[in-house]
Amino acid sequence: MGMTMAEKILARHSGRERVEPGELIEAEVDLMMGNDITAPIAIKRLKALGMTRLPFPDKVFLVMSHYAPAKDIQSAEQIKISREFAREQALQHYYAEGSGIEHVILPEEGWVLPGDLVIGADSHSCTYGATNCFATGVGSTDLAAAMATGRLWFKVPETARYEFTGVRPSYITGKDLILHTIGQIGVDGSLYQVMEFAGDTLDSLPMDDRLTMANMAIEAGAKAGIFPCDAIAEEYVAGRARRPYTPTASDPDAQYARHYKWDVTAMEPLVALPWAPENIKTVGEIAGTAMDRVFIGSCTNARLSDLRVVAAIMRGNKVAVDTLVIPGSRQVYRDAMREGLLEIFMDAGATVSAPTCGACLGGFMGVLGPKEKCLSTTNRNFVGRMGHPTSESYLANPAVAAATAITGAITHPKDVAARELASV
Amino acid sequence: MRFEGRVWKYGDDVNTDVLIPARYLNTSDPEELAKHALEDLDPDFIKEMRAGDIIVAGKNFGCGSSREHAPIAIKAVGVSCVVATSFARIFFRNSINLGLPILESAEATEAAERGDVLRVDLATGAIENVTRGVTHHAKPFPEAVMKIIAAGGLMNAIRDEVLAREATYAQGATA
Repeated sequence: MGMTMAEKILARHSGRERVEPGELIEAEVDLMMGNDITAPIAIKRLKALGMTRLPFPDKVFLVMSHYAPAKDIQSAEQIKISREFAREQALQHYYAEGSGIEHVILPEEGWVLPGDLVIGADSHSCTYGATNCFATGVGSTDLAAAMATGRLWFKVPETARYEFTGVRPSYITGKDLILHTIGQIGVDGSLYQVMEFAGDTLDSLPMDDRLTMANMAIEAGAKAGIFPCDAIAEEYVAGRARRPYTPTASDPDAQYARHYKWDVTAMEPLVALPWAPENIKTVGEIAGTAMDRVFIGSCTNARLSDLRVVAAIMRGNKVAVDTLVIPGSRQVYRDAMREGLLEIFMDAGATVSAPTCGACLGGFMGVLGPKEKCLSTTNRNFVGRMGHPTSESYLANPAVAAATAITGAITHPKDVAARELASV
Repeated sequence: MRFEGRVWKYGDDVNTDVLIPARYLNTSDPEELAKHALEDLDPDFIKEMRAGDIIVAGKNFGCGSSREHAPIAIKAVGVSCVVATSFARIFFRNSINLGLPILESAEATEAAERGDVLRVDLATGAIENVTRGVTHHAKPFPEAVMKIIAAGGLMNAIRDEVLAREATYAQGATA
């Protein structure tokens, strides 16, 4: 019997021929990541244990992303703990404020690669699976244990296969494919499973869209989301890989817990309504719902291609509501600046911030007040996620966000484009 | 380990954003986090809960963020254990790693109502609902997980390995 790509990666990293779903294994980790919120707890645990020297400092990545630049004195203290630890351990991979969001930076710089086993003390660490690695979110104590030993315990998850077929219509992005999936299966629809993405739709699905889809695997309860190392992935990693890598494919006779297949050719842009990412409607069904703000950013949708789509819609228009654009990394910021995208956002009356997670998690930079509604390109819309417990987040792709920014109500991007043409 | 406490009952998919809102994540101090435990889910909880009380909830408890601040806050506020139909996987790992007792039982969850008194025996997995006079048994954890629990959490489980390596550093320094 064959193995899935996830099983092969776990087997290779635990020194076994094969692994079976349900088995508990100890595996060597290629890369371990913490951020300004999760790393300080891990550092505290290591110090409490009496650990003075990291055995694998090259594998440790610390990214100051969530409340950086510090939003208050307490956040500054958290950042200080990570920075001082990075200095003390002479870490090569410490990303200071303004570097951006870990889940944008690590793939972009070629640190997470096909065949890797990656852990991150952030639930959206599953993003990296777009590059054909097994990447999963863990807590701070797991991060501490991995930093201290280079290994971690894992339960081998089952894999469910999500196959997409057909060519995507205009304005249907990776965000819509993953929202569709979560809407169909629910926020625990792939609990403790690996979501393996497949199908001929992938033949024209860019890496940024794949990163968005793998990013939201956790919103269906999954342990990891993973894509094949096809020509698109190979081209992406070949130009940026920092280490040798091992493209890993599922065997034709691999066992799957479930198999889903969806035709994408008639899909419409989707929105997840409060209070869960599974609460899905088409833009058409809720078009005209008034919004108070638009947020374009986060590890889900703040890459260059996302900002290009937003700029194409905002160009020559003015935003009707407060709109915040946060590029996902310094590289994205720089590229967007060179391409003139930032100027388009500013001319439209939007605000551009330095790279950070911002209001995605309701901590700072665009936080929502009581009963405020926000159309957001982020990943989660639980109660209080982006601010006050009575505030509401509506999740959608960047084109829907840009169109909504211009009208002030949920809008299909084709309607803004059509209006533009009509006024010429 | 045995616990007895009153039930605080909640539904399915209780997420980490309501267990400890991100606006309080600018600290990792357990006492500070404890002040805001479950704040956006049930504002009465923090006012009325007593040390030893038990959270009982439906499926996928602790879904969402990887923030360990959630089980830290629940433990620090004095909750003795969490019983749920199922747990989200990162919350499950974090609780095991930290030593916050958790038990999976759809039947015990179904039977319990807010204010019931539960008596939990962690060793046997027995969950006795004293108020209703029924007992259910939690699903047993795999052996490797029981080892971490028995060691008192993941850091204790790896302590010997780390200290042995530290000792070689010290020898290197004196050699």
